[in-house]
Amino acid sequence: MIALDLSPAPGAAPALRTFRAQALMELKLVLRNGEQLLLTIVIPTVLLVLFATAPIADLPKPRIDFLLPGVLALAVMSTAFTGQAIGTGFERRNGVLRRLGTTPLTRPGLLAAKTSAVIAVELLQVGLLLLVAWALGWSPHGSVAAVVGLLLVGTAAFSTFGLLMAGTLRAEATLAAANLVYLVLLVLGGVAFPLSDFSGGVRDVLQYLPISALSDGLRTVLAHGAAAPGRDWLTLAVWTVVGGTTAARFFRWD
Amino acid sequence: MPAVEVSRLAKRYTSTAGISDISFTAERRAVTALLGRNGAGKTTTVEICCGLRRRDSGTVRVLDRDPVAAHQELVQRVGVMPQAGGSSASGIYPSARVREVMELFAAQYAHPLAPAALLERLDLTSVAATPWRRLSGGEQQRVSLALALVGRPELVFLDEPTAGLDVHARRTAWDLIRELRSSGVAIILTTHALDEAEQLADAVVILDGGRVLATGSPADLTRGTTPELHFTAPPGLDVAALTAALPNDATANETAPGHYAVGPRVDPEVIAAVTAWCAQHGVMADNLTTASRSLESVFLDLTSAEGSP
Ligand SMILES: Nc1ncnc2c1ncn2[C@@H]1O[C@H](COP(=O)(O)OP(=O)(O)OP(=O)(O)O)[C@@H](O)[C@H]1O
Ligand SMILES: [Mg+2]
Repeated sequence: MIALDLSPAPGAAPALRTFRAQALMELKLVLRNGEQLLLTIVIPTVLLVLFATAPIADLPKPRIDFLLPGVLALAVMSTAFTGQAIGTGFERRNGVLRRLGTTPLTRPGLLAAKTSAVIAVELLQVGLLLLVAWALGWSPHGSVAAVVGLLLVGTAAFSTFGLLMAGTLRAEATLAAANLVYLVLLVLGGVAFPLSDFSGGVRDVLQYLPISALSDGLRTVLAHGAAAPGRDWLTLAVWTVVGGTTAARFFRWD
Repeated sequence: MPAVEVSRLAKRYTSTAGISDISFTAERRAVTALLGRNGAGKTTTVEICCGLRRRDSGTVRVLDRDPVAAHQELVQRVGVMPQAGGSSASGIYPSARVREVMELFAAQYAHPLAPAALLERLDLTSVAATPWRRLSGGEQQRVSLALALVGRPELVFLDEPTAGLDVHARRTAWDLIRELRSSGVAIILTTHALDEAEQLADAVVILDGGRVLATGSPADLTRGTTPELHFTAPPGLDVAALTAALPNDATANETAPGHYAVGPRVDPEVIAAVTAWCAQHGVMADNLTTASRSLESVFLDLTSAEGSP
């Protein structure tokens, strides 16, 4: 029989150790989930290659310069919103969040770990997409700091809504709704088709979607080498604040 | 100071469901067993003590703290094994491997037990690389127990820790619980196995319909009960005829097919009368024993007299 020292020695680990373990776990779970990888890695990459090489839509030239920013925005949405909503929704349904609530892990700690895992996956996605785009003839321009900044606010905006959905709807409803939103925003958000394809009034509304603001902002920086419009930054910031406060108010842990 | 003090605790789910008046004390270095029929309120009580559910009224002190106000302190000092298959399901990432989950939980505490040693102790080494969702029910129970202990808590809540365990695993769990107690840990568990409560518990709290029916040590609860005579024989004996042949107001019952009990009091005369009657009728009485009532029979009497919850 293995001797164990069962005498009480309670106490929480240093926050950094807890955070590292939790973030690694979150990352492993995402990378192990086939459906999520399809959504986050395969679909954006295939879209980029397909639309850049096949004469599918009438896109501004060079096609890759138009496509890459939209597909980057899609990649961010797929991880921060769709993947996170579904993953967290099922964690809530399976009682994982509730059980973690009986351990020293704090809610801010859990949120930090989840966010880090999201950012790690996004690094993979962005790296892969940039590599593919480069192979397809894209040459880098624009401010790196602006691109990183936009990707981070975009991540914040999408994360708050992903968590809001996960914390309020049933897991099955989250699964359906998160995929639906992904699909709708893919079509309406200026990802693979320019918003100018829509009529004026519709376009005025669509440009305030978080995905449109992110792809438009990235496009201004990456394709035109200009500064992203203040309207795009502001749009993403407002979505983040609205999503964040609503999620903080209505998120249910069980 | 006791480990847990619950006083006049109430929580209503609906007009009929919930708990209405629960009071008990659980000592340190002791095993306290909450017993009761399905729906009696055991899980509700335990989960209020762990801060997983909110109470409507009453006071709860866990390690002399309020479970809601001092939640962040108590999670460091208290281990929790929730009931399996309850409303909140398993509580573990389905695709995470056993070793990963153990290490994840261990990484949250200052002085955790070594995950590998704890797994070994619970005979889980062979499934350490298996994802949670592929474990058998009993294996999941053992991992869940291990997770409650890995942070070296002062107090553990174990909601039906041995449900679904095989005989060997149940022994292992009992040994571990006894060792926890002798190491100074307070244990509060729920169980439907009355023999388990009799074997392990220093104190028993019997709940029914959201109230406390009885508290005390297993010995207290079975004391004062007079010995009964038990034997086995072919089923369908004429117990009325046997009863008629017995002295001193003793009566015979067939408690289960082929199992007979004679009570309420047995003395040498009653035993002689039973064996004489059997000899007369050519009945071979096997396993003839006299014993005090078990906790199980006390429990059955108490909980059926009060009706169902
Ligand atoms: N979340 C809930 N919502 C509504 N009713 C509930 C809820 N949880 C428990 N109940 C009701 O409260 C009563 C006590 O339930 P509880 O789970 O505490 O019983 P228990 O003693 O643990 O039973 P078991 O032995 O089956 O585990 C039951 O009537 C149950 O139906
Ligand atoms: Mg229960």
